Amino acid sequence: MDRDIEAGSNDSNNNNNNQKIERSTTEAVDHVPPLPPRPSRKLSDDGASGALHVTAASKPTTQVSTIDISTLSFPDGSRGTFSTSATSATRSVASPQSSASGYTSPRTDPTAETVSVASYPATLRPPGDLADLVTGEFNRRSRAWSMLRTQSSSVQPFEASRTGACDSLTGFEKEFDDIPEVGDKGITDEQRLSLWKSKMKHYMILSSAGKPIWSRHGDTSLINSYMGVVQTIISFYEGAKDPLLGFTAGNARFVISTQGPLYFVAISRLGESDAQLRSQLDALYMQILSTLTLPTLKNIFVHRPSTDLRKPLEGTESLLSSLADSFTKGSPSALLGALECLRLRKSHRATINNAFLKCRSDKLLYGLIVAGGKLVSVIRPRKHSLHPSDLQLIFNMLFESGGIRAGGGENWVPLCLPAFNNRGYLYMYVSFFDSVDTAEETNSPTSEDGPQPPQPPPPKPAPSPDEEIAIILISADKESFFELKSMRDKLALQLAKNGSLALIQSSARQGRPRIETILDLNTSPLPKEAGHSQGGQLSHFLYKSRANVQFCQSSLSPAFESSSPTASSSEKGSIGQRAAAGKLLVSRRRRLMTLYHHLHSSIHAKHSHLKVLHLVSEDAASLAWITPVFEFYCVAGPNMSRGVMTQCANKVVQWAKREEERLFIIGGGVF
Amino acid sequence: MADTNAPKPSSSVKLVLLGEAAVGKSSLVLRFVNNDFQENKEPTIGAAFLTQKCNLPTRTIKFEIWDTAGQERFASLAPMYYRNAQAALVVYDLTKPTSLIKAKHWVAELQRQASPGIVIALVGNKLDLTSDSTGSAEVSGDGDDNAEDSGDARKISTEEAKTYAEEEGLLFFETSAKTGHNVTEVFTAIANAIPETSLKSARGPGASHAGVSRTEEQRVNLNGPRDPNAKEACAC
Ligand SMILES: Nc1nc2c(ncn2[C@@H]2O[C@H](COP(=O)(O)OP(=O)(O)OP(=O)(O)O)[C@@H](O)[C@H]2O)c(=O)[nH]1
Ligand SMILES: [Mg+2]
Repeated sequence: MDRDIEAGSNDSNNNNNNQKIERSTTEAVDHVPPLPPRPSRKLSDDGASGALHVTAASKPTTQVSTIDISTLSFPDGSRGTFSTSATSATRSVASPQSSASGYTSPRTDPTAETVSVASYPATLRPPGDLADLVTGEFNRRSRAWSMLRTQSSSVQPFEASRTGACDSLTGFEKEFDDIPEVGDKGITDEQRLSLWKSKMKHYMILSSAGKPIWSRHGDTSLINSYMGVVQTIISFYEGAKDPLLGFTAGNARFVISTQGPLYFVAISRLGESDAQLRSQLDALYMQILSTLTLPTLKNIFVHRPSTDLRKPLEGTESLLSSLADSFTKGSPSALLGALECLRLRKSHRATINNAFLKCRSDKLLYGLIVAGGKLVSVIRPRKHSLHPSDLQLIFNMLFESGGIRAGGGENWVPLCLPAFNNRGYLYMYVSFFDSVDTAEETNSPTSEDGPQPPQPPPPKPAPSPDEEIAIILISADKESFFELKSMRDKLALQLAKNGSLALIQSSARQGRPRIETILDLNTSPLPKEAGHSQGGQLSHFLYKSRANVQFCQSSLSPAFESSSPTASSSEKGSIGQRAAAGKLLVSRRRRLMTLYHHLHSSIHAKHSHLKVLHLVSEDAASLAWITPVFEFYCVAGPNMSRGVMTQCANKVVQWAKREEERLFIIGGGVF
Repeated sequence: MADTNAPKPSSSVKLVLLGEAAVGKSSLVLRFVNNDFQENKEPTIGAAFLTQKCNLPTRTIKFEIWDTAGQERFASLAPMYYRNAQAALVVYDLTKPTSLIKAKHWVAELQRQASPGIVIALVGNKLDLTSDSTGSAEVSGDGDDNAEDSGDARKISTEEAKTYAEEEGLLFFETSAKTGHNVTEVFTAIANAIPETSLKSARGPGASHAGVSRTEEQRVNLNGPRDPNAKEACAC
């Protein structure tokens, strides 16, 4: 691991944008990307800003402590989030990387190792085990500090950066805006180019012959020359049998993934690790396989290496883009490689599974019920399970990109699920409850229908994407549409009759669990410090059940997501206001996700042996905790003490254990 | 079902839409079924199945519509959708010459391989992009009446397409899914053109309401699993 070197070079990298190409041969998968340089501050006093800058880069602004193994606490208490000056603005979200890459180097204290082992069966033990590990020394602070922090206890995470005008996420809300096309009046090529360059994340796919295949931003006229450069660089190293895996240019990290005849490139200024970027590129590759299958892809290039793959992939650009955008926005599901389920009582889920199994057609391979992108029920053959990466593709197609949902009706989609079998197609029947059922009902009284033209149907109350329920039936038989359709009709009838549909709808409407509710459920009171002040609460968490490859998270609203559409529509805020608020939330959510990405990469770094990672920055306090059973990540305001945080973490983890059979699908319906 | 009391006989007609990508097949269906239009419709993946009723003076036709994807890579699946179809809508974009060539290929393939009596309509879509567009008056709603796309983008003359349609014995329409112009007319004309005889066996409200009996039916009759007409329906 040469990431210490990497981190060391950051400081010099910050100010001078000298390009550094680093060839990574074996271990590079594990590189932590270097610290993106801080944007130059527009401070009146340049000297002061320079000084701040240097401090920020050379000293940890982040407090890292690896509880289980060795202590890496830095003088804290000297710094609090009550400072809202330029200092807080300089704390870019991505900068925790500096501390992680610089200071969480491998440790070898054997006694600490045993301590961490003791924390494994955490959920089985009474509360306090995590707290035992992390209380003590760490929380000792000066009185002045304690007094100050009580005053600012209600500071929410990322509050400081919200006010800071310039940091690395400035302009993130424009990240997903289209770049005007060539023909557009009133925009010069330079302007288009600078718009293109202002994007924080780029993805490019090209053939090894250098033919552009897809890129997230910019049309071919804009990016062709860049593709050419990229191809030249990659091919140079390919030719030397020493493939290029990644490099840094300025504040952008380039990660390259080669899959047969295809080159995938991710360019990020958002601070993801190489491994994370690589897994995003893998997902894009899976999407291509899902469209073409591996043998077809190979065939195309065996016969004509210079083939333009855009033609065979035509129409899937939006799938690639929505996949890419979900990574850029930050997807917990992609980060954790896990699925989210709809929370349901065990007995309710069992009822649904049974109804599902009872209606099963012989032609069925997999059956899924999904509500708002969360899995409700799965039935599958005993010998096959569904791979999360395949489900990610399906969910992306159905819930992120509009194609199928907007079309109405029922769909019959040939697709390859590469993790299941990358050599052939399966056929997927999809129908959304809302579209199909209401359509059928409004149409059924035939005699009243006037003559043509058909009357416009009554406006349907558009269900929010979070509440849409889809039935997905997958078969290997391309002729089985009508069999699956009739299976779906039977199932829909059953679910409506036995009340399951209403239960699914109400659970979907309820949304994700709220942290207040979870913490209140616990009988043992929280310490005073956290008890009743707003700031004393976690803002968000992710909990992944490793065995089930599923995760759950707390509600993102109100801090990271606008509240339910019904609520927002009743508010009389102007559209402009709401749009502005929405954009703010997009960046806030990205900050949250950046922090999670950072926690994730730090705690999963090879040889790190981390079990618990507590991290405090000017923006937020956060905690990652992994055991063989689960992975837990949470974020709170920057003033939450470690003691309180660990107690909260313990409570959430116990809650998750208790609720396991509601939060997760365990086994599912098997036939 | 309400149909048992309905005064008019009701029949299902299987209809398939074919045509090059992005000519507006899905948009035509969306206009016909939901009277709606989406400016930036995403490409269809695979195919979509929709139903819509159409009332004629003497009977009700229930269209069972397969809206197929125009992208090349789905072409091999097309026979599955037109195999038992009684009607086909072959769509081109009258601002795009290649799309008429593609449409002619589809017509030829249908004439060769589909059921002999299939009713084919050739439809030139996106009439609103031409200077002679007249569609706005007919439709309320979201049609964009002020011709913002001034200038004529038409690349295929009405004459050219019409002559071809007459030679091949096709119905012919120029439509705009955007304004709704002529959309219902196409479907009505098809409904009228379906010969009585081919409707005889196709009575009843259609497949989706008779799930249980259908499944049994299909187990026996694997040759025609997608043919709702094979069934003397409506026990419901
Ligand atoms: N101006 C105009 N645009 C139209 C019309 N019909 C469709 N479009 C637009 O043309 C584009 C393609 O329309 P679709 O309905 O998706 O085309 P399609 O034939 O279903 O395409 P595939 O599903 O890929 O085969 C969309 O952006 C539509 O908004 C029309 O009548 N006028
Ligand atoms: Mg379509």
